[in-house]
Amino acid sequence: MSIDIDTARRVAHLARIRVEEERLPHLAEQLSSVLDFMEQLNEVDVDGIEPMTSVTPMALPRRKDGVTDGGIQDKVLANAPDAREGFFAVPKVVE
Amino acid sequence: MDLSTLTIAEARDALRKGELTSVDLTDAYLTAAEASDALNAYTTKTPEQARDMAAAADARIKAGDAPAMCGIPIGVKDLYAVEGVATQAASNILAGFKPQYESTVTGNLWSSGAVMLGKLNMDEFAMGSSNITSAYGPAISPWRRAGDETPITPGGSSGGSAAAVAADLCLGATASDTGGSIRQPAAFTGTVGIKPTYGRCSRWGMVAFASSLDQAGPVTKTVRDAAIMLGAMAGYDPKDSTSANLPVPDFEAALTGDIRGKTIGIPREYRVEGMSETLDTLWREGAEMLRDAGATIVDISLPHTKYALPTYYIIAPAEASSNLSRYDGVKYGHRATLAQGDGITDMYEKTRAEGFGEEVQRRVMLGAYVLSAGFYDAYYVRAQKVRTLIKRDFELAFGDGVDAILAPATPSAAWGLGEMQTDDPVQMYLEDVFTVPLNLAGLPGVSVPAGLNRQGLPLGLQLIGRPWEEGDLLNIAGALETAVGFTAKPERWW
Repeated sequence: MSIDIDTARRVAHLARIRVEEERLPHLAEQLSSVLDFMEQLNEVDVDGIEPMTSVTPMALPRRKDGVTDGGIQDKVLANAPDAREGFFAVPKVVE
Repeated sequence: MDLSTLTIAEARDALRKGELTSVDLTDAYLTAAEASDALNAYTTKTPEQARDMAAAADARIKAGDAPAMCGIPIGVKDLYAVEGVATQAASNILAGFKPQYESTVTGNLWSSGAVMLGKLNMDEFAMGSSNITSAYGPAISPWRRAGDETPITPGGSSGGSAAAVAADLCLGATASDTGGSIRQPAAFTGTVGIKPTYGRCSRWGMVAFASSLDQAGPVTKTVRDAAIMLGAMAGYDPKDSTSANLPVPDFEAALTGDIRGKTIGIPREYRVEGMSETLDTLWREGAEMLRDAGATIVDISLPHTKYALPTYYIIAPAEASSNLSRYDGVKYGHRATLAQGDGITDMYEKTRAEGFGEEVQRRVMLGAYVLSAGFYDAYYVRAQKVRTLIKRDFELAFGDGVDAILAPATPSAAWGLGEMQTDDPVQMYLEDVFTVPLNLAGLPGVSVPAGLNRQGLPLGLQLIGRPWEEGDLLNIAGALETAVGFTAKPERWW
């Protein structure tokens, strides 16, 4: 099994998803099964092959570095679970 | 006039001739949608907007200003941001989200006069092949096996779109395809679904899953309708940096029906173990039909096909883990109730545990793993190299003079809800074997109904085209559609 319980715990934290201790073994098993499936890629000879960065051969367009939008504070905050005085409100971040 | 059996092309012509009004047409579809709750295809219905849009469309038609989709009632996959209308991508983490802006694709459709009936069901964040991951519960196919009432999946992720079109609950529907999410549901429901070339449609305002693979497209009843609706959805958009700055050709005008001299490739690697006999027969017959219509059939090889699935299931979760990091309980959607003393990390972790379903969580974690320090080169970079090879396979085939490739859309017909072993994610992923290579290569592909299996469920064939040649691809698909003459419809039980 490529993923043990400690790794599963670490991955869950990396992904910022709370996973209860009792669910970790099952998660480790499922992630391992997917990763085992991916091992087949090791058969492929990729020497000298460039990793794909763009599926269509085109250069990323550039635009002028200017302000194109703004002044829509109400719209930006309209869907926030907790917005106060024009800000997003979150639990205390620094003591 | 039986409004429920109309195609987009027929409705458009009748509207332009004044034989029909959009208000009447829209009312008929709103009534059908209202009576369709057993299918769970619509997640939100917007009858008031629909009637207003229909009246406006009638006025435009009267004034002689009637673009392609003017007055045509459609459904919109819940993945597209529609201003002021609930848009959740079938996820609890977007509960209550009402976009303050419009997606470019739906905006293009409204400019073209289309009428919105409502939002359509899907797998959560488009991650799934059977709609079972939807926060609204799965959409159900209007199709059933002969003499059997087991609910059948319409496929996924655009299952609501496919179910709604197959059940005549709209004339066409927007859908999206990251690994087959347009073509597989179309194949499962006897409808037509096209994923255009990557970059043909803007991704602005589509809830992102895997940005290098996601592409918008329609599900419709016919190839002609797919040409009309895709034309209205497509186009350059400066707001999407991967949107192609190319003119959109008149796809419908490409439907000449003449495919003489075209070369159709049959990829030997797509003949997989365990493929149903009926499907194999339909595939062979499809090739014969195209030959009878004047095309040359050649065997081709796409040697890296078997590596497409593991490549896809590294790249797509990697991109998803990055895209879905925006769901943090701060800017929109769900936030978990916090305990005394909980800090901001607790808020993130609890919110995402509550808001994301199991499959989405699994993919986000998988993505975080393959991108993490020490594994990035072994998984992600290697997958991107194999992706280059998969694309090269297609380029070599096209370089040898192949105009389009004919293959099955799915390894089997739709299954009953609960019949798929979902505890083993790999089993589920194997269903995407024929569809993911195109997303990895950015190519256009269309699924066309090919017939019914012995139990009476639809099967589809897939045509894969050259980049930016959707017109030519749809023309070949149209020739296949004509030759197949698929007319079966599900018997109404809902």
